[in-house]
Amino acid sequence: MITILLFAHLQESVGKDRIEFPIEQLTVKELKTALQQDYPLLELDHVMTAVNEEYARNESKVTAGDIVAFIPPVSGG
Amino acid sequence: MNEKLFEIAEAPIQIDAVIQKVERREAGAITTFIGTVREWTRGKQTMYLEYQAYIPMAVKMLAEIGEEISEKWPDTKIAITHRIGRLDISEIAVVIAVSSPHRKAAYEANEYAIERIKQIVPIWKKEHWSDGETWIGDQLEKVPYESGKPNVKDVE
Repeated sequence: MITILLFAHLQESVGKDRIEFPIEQLTVKELKTALQQDYPLLELDHVMTAVNEEYARNESKVTAGDIVAFIPPVSGG
Repeated sequence: MNEKLFEIAEAPIQIDAVIQKVERREAGAITTFIGTVREWTRGKQTMYLEYQAYIPMAVKMLAEIGEEISEKWPDTKIAITHRIGRLDISEIAVVIAVSSPHRKAAYEANEYAIERIKQIVPIWKKEHWSDGETWIGDQLEKVPYESGKPNVKDVE
């Protein structure tokens, strides 16, 4: 199981702030593609990804137990 | 260290409390940046803002900015508090205080900190205009993360 956290407009598109995804291991890119089949997350190609609170690349591996956050363009300050 | 130099707050920010965290005998300067909610943006009227954060990672990224600053300006001490939730016009969204022996480093480090907040700290702002609402993203370009994390304008 992989936990996915959603923020800002991604959270609003899906209608919830987290998704539990029953997968053992795949890359960030594969995870994005898999999620897009089930959820209205077209913008995923344009957001940053963090795995366990560290920014990660598309090739990074995600394993069961990890917390993946999709980080839309930030705008703090 | 008991005091938290890097914080995400849900209540109004006490400016003095942030400044006190960086006060010390070696300091001859403390610069304070106060980010407030602006009413008018290019002719559009904001009614209020809503900030959301991925709190644990936001605190971590603020601390990382602190580390970057201690490398670039070794004699500085920095504290940052960012507020989330609903903020009305003129309310304070962020306070950054930097102390240093001489003023130049305090000014420079403070400006660096707010620029980095806008690049790497997972905090989002939703504008509630008089005629609608939208999530704001500051980054305009889409480039790969060379160091494994975003450095500059990374995503659209």
